Amino acid sequence: MNTEAIVDIARAEQGTSLWQDAWLRLRKNHLAVLGLAILVVFIVIALLTPWIAPYSYQQQNLELGASGPSAAHWLGTDIFGRDLMTQIMYGGRVSLAVGFIATAVALLIGVTWGAVAGYVGGRTDAVMMRMVDILYALPFMIFIVLLTVVFGRSMLLLFLAIGAVEWLTMARIMRGQVQSLRQMEFVEAAVSLGLSPATLIFRHLVPNALGPIIVYTTLTIPNVMLLEAFLSFLGLGIQPPQTSWGLLISYGAETMEEYPWLLIFPGVALTLALFSLNFLGDGLRDALDVRGAKD
Amino acid sequence: MWRFVGMRLLQAIPVILVVITVTFFLVRVAPGGPFDGEKAVTREVKAALEAQYKLDLPLFQQYTAYLGDLAQGDLGPSFKYPGRSVNELIAAGFPVTAELGLYALLVALGIGGLAGIIAALRPNTAQDYIPMSAAMIGICMPSFLLGPLLVLVFGIHLDWLPVSGWGDIPGDKILPSITLGAGYAAYIARLGRAGMLEVLSQDYIRTARAKGLPQWQVVLKHSLRGGMIPVVAFLGPAFAGLLAGSFVVETIFQIPGLGRFYVQAAFNRDYTMILGTTVFLSVLIVFFNLLSDILAAWMNPRLRAQFGGQ
Repeated sequence: MNTEAIVDIARAEQGTSLWQDAWLRLRKNHLAVLGLAILVVFIVIALLTPWIAPYSYQQQNLELGASGPSAAHWLGTDIFGRDLMTQIMYGGRVSLAVGFIATAVALLIGVTWGAVAGYVGGRTDAVMMRMVDILYALPFMIFIVLLTVVFGRSMLLLFLAIGAVEWLTMARIMRGQVQSLRQMEFVEAAVSLGLSPATLIFRHLVPNALGPIIVYTTLTIPNVMLLEAFLSFLGLGIQPPQTSWGLLISYGAETMEEYPWLLIFPGVALTLALFSLNFLGDGLRDALDVRGAKD
Repeated sequence: MWRFVGMRLLQAIPVILVVITVTFFLVRVAPGGPFDGEKAVTREVKAALEAQYKLDLPLFQQYTAYLGDLAQGDLGPSFKYPGRSVNELIAAGFPVTAELGLYALLVALGIGGLAGIIAALRPNTAQDYIPMSAAMIGICMPSFLLGPLLVLVFGIHLDWLPVSGWGDIPGDKILPSITLGAGYAAYIARLGRAGMLEVLSQDYIRTARAKGLPQWQVVLKHSLRGGMIPVVAFLGPAFAGLLAGSFVVETIFQIPGLGRFYVQAAFNRDYTMILGTTVFLSVLIVFFNLLSDILAAWMNPRLRAQFGGQ
């Protein structure tokens, strides 16, 4: 047997990795792929908005006022004659940014908390997870409203408040993962090599728990976006002159009798984004075979 | 079982204490006193007002005084509505919110439970896909979008139902209840489907079918109790969500309930009202979480056995 043949056999024998497997399975799930595609389009639009928005954000046209969809304004204009498509694009930037950044905050806290609790174990674990249990029982929506009263209504607060709420489930998932991983030989090997706990956790444990983290992150983003929209709708979230889909929906709801498109188009944008993220999250859960991430 | 109930009760106490303490100090450290914004208030009047609301005491004494009042069920006076206590405002708003929440829960359980069972009976067929797709829409369509859309279609275009109010015109309770309940119906449908699927694959169900029981008996008598455990466990969190959701629904439909008061209090910086309502709602939510946990444990024979039978 010459070397080439051996290489060929090795190539043929090469199995697919977990991620390749997952990708193959995900590709068969049409709804998840559709969700991914919509999401990519939304993100690209959000990133390019300052350059591709058809009108400027502040540009008013009081003579035109509110007008329905037309060739000049594809999605119509609001009562100040501002182009609705431009508004939705800029609002989408804020909504998506809140969704991603607040989720990142939650991810950071939750993964660290859960990994430390699961790795250290014993009394530390008991205390840390009791705290999670107590926080779980708190009525968070009410607390976020309270926080906006105390600290004023700002975007930073929104990130922190939402992030601080959404990390709990992540911490639980991470702890479970770490608890099962730390029984394994490679962790023992790493410990015997004298790695510090921090290196061990972030270099070896977290990467091995990536599947559940990714799935749960994907399912957290729509929750966060919903929370932001909810607060903005009540007037407690994003403040003008900035806008978000929630705020646009709240304006639209005020004038929906005369100008229904002002409610419907931002609503479609938000619902579509939430749909995509949920379908993608469900698809990823099946593809990565993660159990217990949600319902 | 009693041990389980007792343990959960004991666990609820620190939660409630944490809520009260955190809320109290958060509200107290908030920048700007409640009387700062009011114009033409002389220093003496302000001092008198602060004395009346016990704001002149050191913080810790305010806290102990508040705990003392709370122990007697007194939530203090409202800052913004002189002469009215927080207790009165809650007594006025809560029955409306509770009624709305109850109807929404009935909508959620009725529609969601039925959809979940129907879907679980024939998984991966149209009978499964159609209700589950509808549930996905229900989860992704937030109440503050669904509400206005329902108003637009049924209130304005078709002119079938009133678009606002509560208990003034017959039928004005329908749209708010559906708006609030729809999202939970969707969750319950998914939870119910998962729970029923699990139960329906058990051996004792096969036995029930093997002895020739009709479908409805298998479903109602043998599977429902086990299959609905996840749904019952979800009712506690759902109740908390319904209360928070009532903020939006009461705003949309102009319903004079607690949620609307709460949002208004947030805008007015009515500190005692916020504090009182937060404490009230938190205690209620903790209580309902407890109740739904106990109910779920009671429905689950394995858990019951674990905690000493009966």
